[in-house]
Amino acid sequence: MSDPASATDTWADAERVAALIAVAPSLLGGLRLRAGPGPVRKLWLETLQTLLADRPLRRVPLHVTESHLLGGLNLTATLSAGHLVAERGLLAQCNNGVAVLAMAERCQRQTVTHLCSALDNGAIHLQREGIQEIHPAALAVIALDEGLPDEHTASALNERLAFYIDLHNVSIRDVDDGEYTAMDIARAREQLPNVTVSDSQQETIAAMATVLGVSSPRAWMFTLRTARVLSALTGRSAVHDDDITQAIRLCLAHRATQLPEMPADLDTEEAQQDPETPDSPPEEPQNAPDQEQPSSEQKTALPDQLLEAATAAIPAALLEALTANAKAVAKNPHSGTSGALQRQLQRGRPIGVIQGDPRRGGRLSLIDTLRAAVPWQRLRDQADADGPRRIRIERDDFRLVRFNQRSPSTTIFVVDASGSAALHRLAEAKGAVELLLADCYVRRDEVALIAFRGQSAELLLPPTRSLVRAKRSLAGLPGGGGTPLASAIELADAICDQVTRSGHNAGVVFLTDGVANIARDGSQGRERATADALTAAANLASRNVTSLVIDTSPRAQSRAKRLAEALDARYVAMPHADAKRLKGAIAQTQGIG
Amino acid sequence: MTIAYPFTAIVAQDDMKQALMIAAVDQDVGGVLVMGDRGTGKSTAIRALAALLPKMDVVKGCSYQCDPEKKTAGLCAMCQGDKPVLKSVKQPLPVVDLPLGATEDRVIGSLDIEKALHAGEKAFEPGLLARAHRGFLYIDEVNLLEDHIVDALLDVAASGENVVEREGLSIRHPARFVLVGSGNPEEGELRPQLLDRFGLSVEVTTPKDISTRVEIIRLRDEFERDREAFIQKWRRKEAALRRKIETARSLVADVETPTEALEIAARVCVALGTDGLRGELTLIRAARAVAALRGEVLVTTAHVRQVAPLVLKHRLRRDPLDDAGSGVRIDRVLQEVFEAA
Repeated sequence: MSDPASATDTWADAERVAALIAVAPSLLGGLRLRAGPGPVRKLWLETLQTLLADRPLRRVPLHVTESHLLGGLNLTATLSAGHLVAERGLLAQCNNGVAVLAMAERCQRQTVTHLCSALDNGAIHLQREGIQEIHPAALAVIALDEGLPDEHTASALNERLAFYIDLHNVSIRDVDDGEYTAMDIARAREQLPNVTVSDSQQETIAAMATVLGVSSPRAWMFTLRTARVLSALTGRSAVHDDDITQAIRLCLAHRATQLPEMPADLDTEEAQQDPETPDSPPEEPQNAPDQEQPSSEQKTALPDQLLEAATAAIPAALLEALTANAKAVAKNPHSGTSGALQRQLQRGRPIGVIQGDPRRGGRLSLIDTLRAAVPWQRLRDQADADGPRRIRIERDDFRLVRFNQRSPSTTIFVVDASGSAALHRLAEAKGAVELLLADCYVRRDEVALIAFRGQSAELLLPPTRSLVRAKRSLAGLPGGGGTPLASAIELADAICDQVTRSGHNAGVVFLTDGVANIARDGSQGRERATADALTAAANLASRNVTSLVIDTSPRAQSRAKRLAEALDARYVAMPHADAKRLKGAIAQTQGIG
Repeated sequence: MTIAYPFTAIVAQDDMKQALMIAAVDQDVGGVLVMGDRGTGKSTAIRALAALLPKMDVVKGCSYQCDPEKKTAGLCAMCQGDKPVLKSVKQPLPVVDLPLGATEDRVIGSLDIEKALHAGEKAFEPGLLARAHRGFLYIDEVNLLEDHIVDALLDVAASGENVVEREGLSIRHPARFVLVGSGNPEEGELRPQLLDRFGLSVEVTTPKDISTRVEIIRLRDEFERDREAFIQKWRRKEAALRRKIETARSLVADVETPTEALEIAARVCVALGTDGLRGELTLIRAARAVAALRGEVLVTTAHVRQVAPLVLKHRLRRDPLDDAGSGVRIDRVLQEVFEAA
């Protein structure tokens, strides 16, 4: 993808998307823009701003507070006026325009939820602090995603954004002059209501969605709307088949969960690609069971030329990107959350009040504020030359509600699925994990699952509460291959870091025989592998998380014991474990089970 | 306010529509939970239902939409103390959104801050629960609702009364509403206590066959292009359904439940091992609503069978890991029980 031709194409797409969004922001939901900060992204945002002309474009900062986002009580105005004064939030200010969400992959779940509801309803329903109002907020969201390969924006948000563009490979040299002007956009807005779509074109979209395994009706509608806006941009009054093709490429391709049936030569090309990219084995997308498999009758029911048009719509080069994408999308549950401290100010069970500044994101307790102000009224009246007023509230009077939030715990399972372990214990380990999942379900804890085999460790399941997902990813866990213990521990370390940052307690459960034979760099050899593993273990131990090593080898071995020592973990030998006993052992380890 | 998509124009998703209609006929059925894939029209259906429902009589000037037909029980303090004859006005059935960011004071009600600041008066400002009285309370992404809000909801949903003891206020008012929740199971599980509060549950998935999909796209597109014309076009069907629900509502109290229907309901529940009597009661209620919707005055075993999956699916003593099984288990048990009968 680094060749200049495709980079220019990507930029052209990005530009087109900017124009599309400028024409009808609220119709298309928006764009997930994967790009690092830099001149290209900046230029794109400037282009969008130019095309939007007088419509608003606002930045939503990462740590935006709920009251700022939604609006709410304007405290200063309320106090001075003596009656409630509401304030429009950031989202309402974006009405008819665009909200740019910076570092979308790190943004808080609350923020994502509010953005989604604004996208769905085109309005903000304010129910806060004694105010109930509806503010129109028909907007598009540009989610700036600068995450690492494993970090992604929340899937609920992705679902509501029509487009996805990756600008990582576009350099500022590949960028050419803007194709559209604000005039074009204005014309297109006028043209848009007159654009018609034929029945067969609607069928094409439905058929393509099925072929690509895109099951969300939202995506279908995005495709149709995009086609319509595209033809409005070119000034046509009827959607051309090319518009449909374009729209499918822009809206459906990145959501695809399965590949359309392609000519044989493409398939082989695919197969050849795989060994070169060990990071993306042809793994099944997570939602495989939900995925429709178009039955043979359905396929024959489709007119041939439709399928032809459909397959032609997908350029060959896209297919690789598509497999990578589908996997990434399926794997990601929520974005990483941050700001554990701030949360304590805003949610949980109220446990009293504290003096403080409400602008820092806390929730004002008006009654306690008033109560604090009352004794001083006389004095303040006397001190003020203007004479008595009904009430005088000063900054020191402000009281904030304090919340107590139970900090949830996350258990990370690290399962050895290598050849040596798989033979004996994989099924048992799976059973134990399933039993524990049932427990976590009851207590609403989160679980994450790391499996290691072959060359590297893989995060099968990022921290989640969803049993459905956990079970699914566990069931699909294959066994065999080398034992890259060191990289597994490192990955667990990274996840622990992520988990504790978001305010959870982390616990790690290793199910392994402790026999490492793949070193950190992927080379073979027991000695180095073991040394690496112990170093990694010591690192993890310094993090002070509770961990447990369950020896799954048929006879208790010193290796797993050594690992447990390095980890500062409890060691449990399970020579003939069954799932129930394993579970018991885990439950005993305080803070984990 | 944006115009809602017509209920009758929703393609497929028959289970969901059926469940919502049952809840509209008999509000005591205990709420509807809709879980499913993204973009399957969960929210659309519920907002559509709001537009469809017939108006109700309320006591004039009452801030809790009290029912003028009711005797002392079930009325708010003001209406109880009032004159013997209560004046009534027509009002649309409330369908109240509980947004995820809502604060607890807005949900259960709190001190009227404006009055407190302005007049120095201690007055209660009713919250969302009061507004939803006799109507629907809709929570999108119900599985993401914060725990302390869930606690407040559970309490009120169980007792039908909202008791406020805070900020120097001591107020109680009736709050009976149909809880409608929707969400995506991939985002997290629902708390078991909350799950239990829902009378009916439905799972929605995207339709698989192409012609249905084309139909969805076509109707939705038509709606988006000219909302008013679309509403006009569907007005007749909407009106027909509204009449059907109205008739069913007046009929449902008179629907009789013969012993054999009761027996088979009990047998199904026993065979499935559902906890408590709630499942059985809800099963009978839902079957009565279905009978009323068809204009019939006698519950048959067929009605029971029809609603059993809706009522019982989320009540099975759950093996939390057996995700696919509950539907299959119900089908099997239904087959056995009905064959034996």
